[in-house]
Amino acid sequence: MRFDPREIGEVLEMLLFRELDIRAVTLSVNTLPAARPRVGELLQALEELLEPYLARLKPAVERVASRLGVRVVTVRLAVSPVSMLLEPIGDWRAAVEVAQHLDKLAEKYGVDMVGGFSAFIHMGASRGDKALMEALPEALNSTARVAGFLNVASTATGVNLDGVRKTAELVLAMKPHAAARFAATANLPEDVPFMPGAYHGLGLPDAVVNIAVSGPGVIEAVVRNMPDADVRTLHDAIKRAAFKITRLGELVGKEVAKELGLPFGTVDLSVAPSPKVGDSVAAVLEAIGLPRVGAPGSVFALALFTDAVKKGGAMAASTIGGLSGAFIPVSEDAVMAKAAAKGALTLDTLKAMAAVCNTGIDMVGIPGDASPEAVAALIADVMALAVHLDKPLGVRLVPIPGAKPGDVYDLGGLYGSVAVMNLPSSKIPLVSRGGTAPPGVERLKKG
Amino acid sequence: MGIVAGITSVLARHNVNIVDISQTVVRDIFSMIMVVDLSKADVDIGQLRRELEEEGKRLGVMVGIYHIDVFKYMQRI
Repeated sequence: MRFDPREIGEVLEMLLFRELDIRAVTLSVNTLPAARPRVGELLQALEELLEPYLARLKPAVERVASRLGVRVVTVRLAVSPVSMLLEPIGDWRAAVEVAQHLDKLAEKYGVDMVGGFSAFIHMGASRGDKALMEALPEALNSTARVAGFLNVASTATGVNLDGVRKTAELVLAMKPHAAARFAATANLPEDVPFMPGAYHGLGLPDAVVNIAVSGPGVIEAVVRNMPDADVRTLHDAIKRAAFKITRLGELVGKEVAKELGLPFGTVDLSVAPSPKVGDSVAAVLEAIGLPRVGAPGSVFALALFTDAVKKGGAMAASTIGGLSGAFIPVSEDAVMAKAAAKGALTLDTLKAMAAVCNTGIDMVGIPGDASPEAVAALIADVMALAVHLDKPLGVRLVPIPGAKPGDVYDLGGLYGSVAVMNLPSSKIPLVSRGGTAPPGVERLKKG
Repeated sequence: MGIVAGITSVLARHNVNIVDISQTVVRDIFSMIMVVDLSKADVDIGQLRRELEEEGKRLGVMVGIYHIDVFKYMQRI
């Protein structure tokens, strides 16, 4: 097979200058066989089950990265929802111990994050769910690598407003670093490689390798080179670039799976941004033709981008999974963060943009003394969008003690700097009504 | 010693066969591209990368080494 030097040059430019890399290799493992009625036995069984996988995971990823010459930014583990492991015990203190044990194991084996400290409560909470919820603030406040979510809404069952209200209280009890590892979600699929949405879902084999790609910088460069192209031509160019990015994910996933002797699961084609310059989805939107992300036209530009990424990525990978849309986490995307700090982005803009991507309201700072009612109502808005548009969405809010709107708080690393947004604290009686909002007609269409 | 001589001497030392040499411009930077075969080499791609990067530093150039599968996957359907 011969390559034109320009073809080789194009790939080199992406890898060397456009921040094209693999955001995460996420090994998803069924941990339900470790369920035990006593916490000591549970921790031991969990360790015995996970260690053979963990011992091989990072070395395998490093071998593949070295062989291909491709950077893998993070190595992650996803476990079965911990709420299910807690069903026999039903005690929140056991949940905290599980989180701390997972954290230690991750650190020992060089795994950057562990996802799955989670529960599905979209129609109500079971014994294990309740134990996990009670434990959430302490479990995340006392760990560094554990991530989780509460799935409080689904197209099939509607929005659990009681769950939403409880989630708001839990978020407000978390330290900034813990809240950055937690989301309220809707319709979360079983094979998400991204945190905090990753968990080992139902219908999967015992272990499977899922891949998260990055590379918005590649697409930004393509768009900037086409200042006079009409939107359909631009869409086609984005699609072609997304194809190449997703292909790289497919290659790395297959190679890592082969190295581990495990099945390859899916590629999440969402091109994840990072706080680095030249690695921003919002920069793509601005390159499409916005003075600043958040300006009128933002929803249009995001829809164009998301659609092109999906269509390009769909052909590139044999199985597309996870969230597979577009991510606009505010703090984790340098250009989003800048717009938020300048006041160009509001919570309402983010809600509108959520209609055409799979993010929701992600990595936004709120004052530490925000009212639980206002936080719950904000989560409820996004959950309603997810249920009625039939797609996954999340809300990841970071309460900053003593902060006021406009303040910026640096979380460091991939989390970036969180801008605190204005969340009106007027009374919102809706939330105290409680109950579960019924599913919409999207549910009936499926029947 | 020149750039080509410096790089090829590392390849020769490890019995790495040069299949093709071409050139292109990557983001305004002149780039030499070599397709090489490691099947008879006495080092793996990781070790070769380390030695070539070292040689690159000495020569004042950046050296990147990628498996051909990366190009096959990204540039061919």
